[in-house]
Amino acid sequence: MTDFLAPVEESIAEAPPPSRGGGVVRYLLAKVGGAVMSVLMVVVLGFFLFRVMPGDPVSIMTRGRPVSGAQLAELRGRLGFDKPLLVQFWDYLVGLVHGDFGQSYAFNAPAGQIIGERLGPTVLLSGTAAVLAAALGLWLGAKTGWHRNGPLDRGSSGVALVFWSIPPWWLGVVLLMVAGGVFPTGGMQSPDSPSAFFPHAVDVAHHMVLPVLTLVLALYGQYQLVMRASLVEEMNADYLTTARAKGLRDELVRKRHALPNALLPTATLVFLHLGMVVSGAITVEAVYSWPGLGQLTAEALAAKDLPLLQGIFIVLVIAVVVMNLFADLLLRVLDPRVRAS
Amino acid sequence: MLVRRRLAGAGAVVALVAVASPWVAGSAQAQGEKVLRAGVTQELDSLNPFITITRVGTDLTRLTYEYLTTYDPKDYKPVPGLAEKWETSADKLTWTFTIRSGVKWSDGRPVTAGDAAFTFSTMMSNKDAATANGNFVQGWDSVTAPDDRTLVIRTKQPRSTMLALDVPIVPKHVWEKVTDFKAEPPLPLVGSGPFLVQDYKAAQFIKLTANRDYWRGAPKIDGLDFVYYKNVDAEVQALKKGDIDLMSRLVPAQYDALKGDPNVRLNTGAGRRLNEILINPGATSADDRPIGDGNPALKDVRLRKAIALSIDSKALVDKVWGGYAQEAAGYIPPGFSEFHWPEKQKFDPAAANRMLDEAGYAKGADGVRADLQGKPLRLRLLGHAGTNLDEQASKYVTSWLKDIGIAVEPQMVADQKVNDATTGANFDLAFSGWSANPDPDYVLSLQTCGARPNADGKGATPDSFLCDPEYDRLYTEQLQETDRGKRVELVKKMQQVLADRATLVLLGYDNPLEAYRADRWAPFQTQPVDGGVIMNQQGYWGYYSAERGRSTDAAASASAGGDGGNTGLIIGVVVAGVVVVGGVVLLVGRSRRRGAADERE
Repeated sequence: MTDFLAPVEESIAEAPPPSRGGGVVRYLLAKVGGAVMSVLMVVVLGFFLFRVMPGDPVSIMTRGRPVSGAQLAELRGRLGFDKPLLVQFWDYLVGLVHGDFGQSYAFNAPAGQIIGERLGPTVLLSGTAAVLAAALGLWLGAKTGWHRNGPLDRGSSGVALVFWSIPPWWLGVVLLMVAGGVFPTGGMQSPDSPSAFFPHAVDVAHHMVLPVLTLVLALYGQYQLVMRASLVEEMNADYLTTARAKGLRDELVRKRHALPNALLPTATLVFLHLGMVVSGAITVEAVYSWPGLGQLTAEALAAKDLPLLQGIFIVLVIAVVVMNLFADLLLRVLDPRVRAS
Repeated sequence: MLVRRRLAGAGAVVALVAVASPWVAGSAQAQGEKVLRAGVTQELDSLNPFITITRVGTDLTRLTYEYLTTYDPKDYKPVPGLAEKWETSADKLTWTFTIRSGVKWSDGRPVTAGDAAFTFSTMMSNKDAATANGNFVQGWDSVTAPDDRTLVIRTKQPRSTMLALDVPIVPKHVWEKVTDFKAEPPLPLVGSGPFLVQDYKAAQFIKLTANRDYWRGAPKIDGLDFVYYKNVDAEVQALKKGDIDLMSRLVPAQYDALKGDPNVRLNTGAGRRLNEILINPGATSADDRPIGDGNPALKDVRLRKAIALSIDSKALVDKVWGGYAQEAAGYIPPGFSEFHWPEKQKFDPAAANRMLDEAGYAKGADGVRADLQGKPLRLRLLGHAGTNLDEQASKYVTSWLKDIGIAVEPQMVADQKVNDATTGANFDLAFSGWSANPDPDYVLSLQTCGARPNADGKGATPDSFLCDPEYDRLYTEQLQETDRGKRVELVKKMQQVLADRATLVLLGYDNPLEAYRADRWAPFQTQPVDGGVIMNQQGYWGYYSAERGRSTDAAASASAGGDGGNTGLIIGVVVAGVVVVGGVVLLVGRSRRRGAADERE
C-alpha cells in the first residue's frame, strides 16, 4: 500500500481537473438509488420475516387472562388477522406510504409514535458513546501506533483488547455493582426530575454516566486497534521521510502527513458503526433500563407485536443505509482515489 | 487537534455531571414528600381501564378505580367496595347492589349507581369496551340504575361469580363523551380509588398521587411511583441504594443474598400461581375431532396416573425453588385456602412401576417400556427456554420417568412456540401454569370441554384438553351455586376429579419473593394476612397501607442507612474533584502544547 500510495497521490495532483459536475451527480444518484432499493427490499422482507416467526399474537396477548372465544375472535378481527395475507400486506404498504406503521398491539398506540419516543433516548445514549469511543479510540490509536512497542502501546493495547472482549452487558453489571452507589441504577431520568431545562439536563446526564461509560469501554478498543494498525502501515512511507527531510518536527509529521492517510479506513469504520448506533446498545439498555429502541425491540419480539417489529426493523435499516451512504460520500471527499475512479 | 478538543469537551461534561451528582441525588428526598417507590419490570400496555390486560395495567386500575366489591386482605373473601351491600332474588337471577353514598370522583362529582350501570352496559354493547373484562358481563340480561344508589343486574342463569366482578367502575360524565373506547384517556385520570395516575413516561415511570378524598380515608403517603427496571439485578442494586423502596420478583439467590442487609426487610408468601406439566390425553377440538400430534399411548389414564405418581414435588420445591414454594396438592393454589384442596400429590415410583406392569407395559432390554401397540414409550417434554423452572425441572422429570421406564426428550423452546404447541395440542408433555384469582371460576373453566379450540387450534385458551362429563357437570353446578359453602365443596370435588383424570400433574406453587426498605417503611399489609404478598395483590391493600416508619426487627441496625448515604456523597465529591483536576490538567497541557506548536510553525 505504501509503495503505490504516493505515486497515486502524485498522479492525482498532476492530472487535469476531472469533469466534476456530471461525475458527482452520477455518483450520488447511483449511491442514493442503491440505498432506496435496499430500503424497499427491507420493507417487503420485514413484513414476511416476522410472520414466519412462531407464535400467535392474539394468544400471546391474552395469555393467562380470562378471555372467551368470542373475545379472541373479536381481537383477531380487530388486528386484521382474519384477512388473507396478501390483503394484510397491501394494507401494510398503503399504511407505509402514508407514514403509518400501524397500531402496536402491545402498547395501544401508533407504532410510529412509540418508535419516535424511544429513538431519542437511544440516539442520545449510543450517539454520545459512539462519539466518545471514536474520539478516545482514534486518539489512543494514533499515540500507540506512533510509539509502537512503547510502554503506552503495550499497556493500552492490552487494556483495549480486554475491554473489547468483555461482553458489554457483563461489564455493565459490574460497573453497576461498583458505582451504583454514586450514579443512578437505571432509567434516563428520576421520576421527580426537575422540569426546568438545565437541572433536567443535569439529571439526564447523571443517568447517562454509567451506560455511556460501559459502551465507550466496550467500543473504543476496536477504533484504537484499527487506527493503530493503519498508522503503523503508514509509518515507513516515503512521504514521511520526505516530510522529516523538510525539517518538520516529529509531531507535525504525524499530524499533518501520517494521520490523515491512516484515518481513511477508520473513518469508514466509524460511519458503519454510527449506522448501528440505533440498534447497537440493546444489552446495555437492558442492564441500565434505558428507555430506548433496544428495549422496545425486546418487548416487541416477546409480544410478537408485528406493526412495532416492522417499524423498528425499517427504522434500524434506514439508519444503517443512510450512514453507509454518508460513509460512501465522505470517503469520496476524503480520499482522492475514490474520486478518480 | 480535533480529537483532543473533543476529548477535553467530554472531560468537561463528565466533570459537570460529577459535580452535580450529589445535588441531584439529594433532590428526591429534599422535597420532603412521602412517596413510595416500587420497582416494576413489566411495561404498561394502556391506561385505558377497558383495554389494559397487563399485570401493571390491572394493578393501576385497581388503585385508580373502586370496584363494586373487593377482596378481603385476610382471606380473599369478597367484601364491600363501591357497593355497601347486596341481595339476590329468590330465583338467583336478579342482583341488587346498594351503592355507597358520599363517595366522590376525584373531580368532585358524586359516584352513583348510574356510573356503574354505564360501565357495565357499555361493556355489553361496545366490543372495544369489552376487550379486557368482557367475560364478566357474558350471560347478563340487563343492567339498570333505578336511582342513584341502586344498581340492578339481571343474569340469564344463576352466577356464583357476581361478587367477583373485577371491573373498574368509571365516571359516566367523563366516559360518555368518549367515542373510541380503544383510545388512551387523558391524564390525570378521574377516579375514585386510593391513588390517581398523574404522569406517565413509557418504559420509565408512572407517578400516582394520593386521593385525599378517598372514601376509606386518605392514604398515609403523598404519592406512589412505579419505576421501571428491565433487569432484576439492577433493581436489587436500586433497592440497596435506596432508589426504590419496594420490589418483587426476586429469584431465590438474590433473596438469600439480601438477608444480611440491615436496611432491607424480606417478605415471601403464598402466591397465586400454579405450575403444572400437561399430559396430552388425546386432544380433541371443540367439535370433538382429534387434533394435534400427542402420543396416542397417553390416552390411557393408567399411564398418565403412573407419570403423575413419578413426579416428586418436594424435590422440586427444595432444589428448583430453593424452598420458596409449596408442595403440589389441589389445582387451586394454597393461598386461596378456602377453595384449595389440601391433599398432597403422591410421589410413589414403586406404585407407578407396579401399575404399568399390571397394565401390560412391558420393559424392553434398554429399560424402556413398550406401549400397548409394542412401540417404545418415548415422550417429548416441551418447556420454555430460559425459564428456570422448566430448564431445571425437565432434568429431574426426565430421570424420574426413566425410573418407571419412560424415555423423555426435553425440548426447551421460545415461549411463543410453547404457546402455539399447547394451544394446538402438538405436545406429549408440556410445562404450563396459571395465575389463579380469588374466584376460582376462570382457572376451573380452562379444563372444561368448552375451553377446547377449533380445528385450527385457535379460538380458545385450552390447558390440558380434558373433556370430562363429570367435571363439566360439577363446573356448571359451581357456577350456578350461590351458597358459598356448597360451592366450595363442589370446587374441591372438581380438584379431586382433575387429579383422578391425570391430564395434568402439579409441580408446586412458587412463592413471590419481595423486599422493601425497612429503614424507611413500616410493615405493609399483606394479602392474605398470614403469609401473603405486598405487591400484585387482588386489591390495593399493600400500597394503601404504606406508612413511613421502621420495620421493627430492622430498626436496631437501620442507622447504617444514613452512613451509606454520606459515603455515596463523599465518593461523589471525591470523584468530582478528581475529574475536575484531570480536566484542568488536560486543558492546560493542551493549550501549552498548542502554544508551543504555534510558535514553531
